Amino acid sequence: MRNIIDMTNDAAARAADPRFGRDGLNIVVATNQESSLANAERVAIAYGRGDPMSLPGMAIAVKDNIATLDMPTTCGSRILSGYVSPYEATAITRLRAQGAVVVAKTNMDEFAMGSSTETSAYGPTHNPVDPARSPGGSSGGSAAAVAAGITEIALGSETGGSVRQPAAFCGVVGVKPTYGRISRFGLVAFGSSLDQIGVFARSVRNAAIATYAMAGGDLNDSTCADVPVPTIPEPVEAYRGRTLDGVTIGIPAEYFPPSLDADVRARCDVAIEVLRGLGARIVDVSLPHTELAIPVYYIIAPAEASSNLARFDGVRYGPRAADVMDLREMYQATRSRGFGTEVKRRILIGTYVLSHGYYDAYYKKAQSVRALITRDFDAVFGSGVDALFTPTTPTPAFKIGAVTDPYEMYMSDIFTVTANLAGIPAISLPIGRVGGLPIGGQIMTRHFDEPRMFHVAAALEAALGGEAHA
Amino acid sequence: MAVTETDIRKIADLARLSLADEEVPAMTAQLNSILAHMDVLTRVDTASVAEAGADAITSAIAVARDVKSGGAPLRGDAVAPFPMDATAPMLAPDSEDGFILVPRLSTHEDM
Repeated sequence: MRNIIDMTNDAAARAADPRFGRDGLNIVVATNQESSLANAERVAIAYGRGDPMSLPGMAIAVKDNIATLDMPTTCGSRILSGYVSPYEATAITRLRAQGAVVVAKTNMDEFAMGSSTETSAYGPTHNPVDPARSPGGSSGGSAAAVAAGITEIALGSETGGSVRQPAAFCGVVGVKPTYGRISRFGLVAFGSSLDQIGVFARSVRNAAIATYAMAGGDLNDSTCADVPVPTIPEPVEAYRGRTLDGVTIGIPAEYFPPSLDADVRARCDVAIEVLRGLGARIVDVSLPHTELAIPVYYIIAPAEASSNLARFDGVRYGPRAADVMDLREMYQATRSRGFGTEVKRRILIGTYVLSHGYYDAYYKKAQSVRALITRDFDAVFGSGVDALFTPTTPTPAFKIGAVTDPYEMYMSDIFTVTANLAGIPAISLPIGRVGGLPIGGQIMTRHFDEPRMFHVAAALEAALGGEAHA
Repeated sequence: MAVTETDIRKIADLARLSLADEEVPAMTAQLNSILAHMDVLTRVDTASVAEAGADAITSAIAVARDVKSGGAPLRGDAVAPFPMDATAPMLAPDSEDGFILVPRLSTHEDM
């Protein structure tokens, strides 16, 4: 019982360490030591009387767009400065029921719009592996929290790769579950048909435990599926040996273009051979509409965002502009002062593609192509392929400030957005380093086939051993 | 389909955003650059997608909904308390008798 309180004390102290705050790596944006310790005491009592828990005393860090009661939820935006939610996300409630203790809120791209954690109103987060580089984004703070050892597990959110891409950049495991696996209640909406809460962890096993702790139907989110939650996988040792016998893994040609970074390709080639050595049958496959994923995503996500972010108007949310004459001017002044440049840019794109005269050409067309992208996956999985293996990102972590063209930044999501568009689960795990920078490998499976995804990932993780971080 | 500065001002107004005059040229150029990458979609044959959009929605949202029950899970038609840890006065800067007070704007008519 003492141990749970000590663990929380230690994690809360790390979260409050100035090296991780605004003047340091800028990972942590809020803590509440008093509340964390009070929660730890409650967990310790429940655990002491024998309540079953999968994460007793596990300290977690939470992305700043997931609602918590005892710390602000600001989405890295001025417009939500100081906002404290009156209710808690279902995912947080469920993790707390399993004994987890929230010790920090983490930095993020404003409203999750970005791939580098540079668009945050709090300023950029620095990658613990190399502070001159970006941790990726938008959940860069949570990825960095796990990489820096502040917590073993952290929550992020995905709309187009915002967990997997930073996981790859920071050298940790990142999971995007099936759309509908985890309730979005309490996750501030960005692109509602794409958003999912995801998990960062140091190991596949811990990522799986946290994913399943949050999973399951929720009457507060009608898109959350009431499907059985799988049981926790066996310890990693169970995945050693020829544990992928009978598993067919597809290698999609479109994820290995000639432009792919040579070091990333080399690390992926090693991982593929390791998978083969574990008994997997490796087959070449094609997902022909992959190159259309970025254009489709950057129509659908901003369209949904332009609608979702209408609520931040100074009436329902946000510090209200005072020096105005009428209501319309108040809305405009509040929103223009509260939102940063990338958020404004995406609201404008979204408003444009939904506007009269352009809806069919952009939004409707994008939805149709989204269907073709989904069919690509259906066809491959229908042909007997159990899982797909790809690089997570086209390059290792880039330097902060190095990518200035918005579309070039969008392209860093090229290998991750497809899973969000199709709604399938995907995981990124470390498969080695080049020049000290982590490289991520991605495994994707059918809808709700997280057990297979974790099985392949855990087998690869166990077989790579120390190679994954060397 | 090039976007003009006039378009940008109109879209910004629809989105309840005000752009400073000096912001408009840069934002126009950026949107045109981004939208140029979207034009590749016009060349894609989507005739096989029976009802545009519906299929895509099916894939992502309805797969989640329909995977077991064949329909979206609906809660019972009964009033249940919303799980909030706050009362009305905590949710707004000013309140009176349980009602939220809002600032008076010049467009409000006298009662």
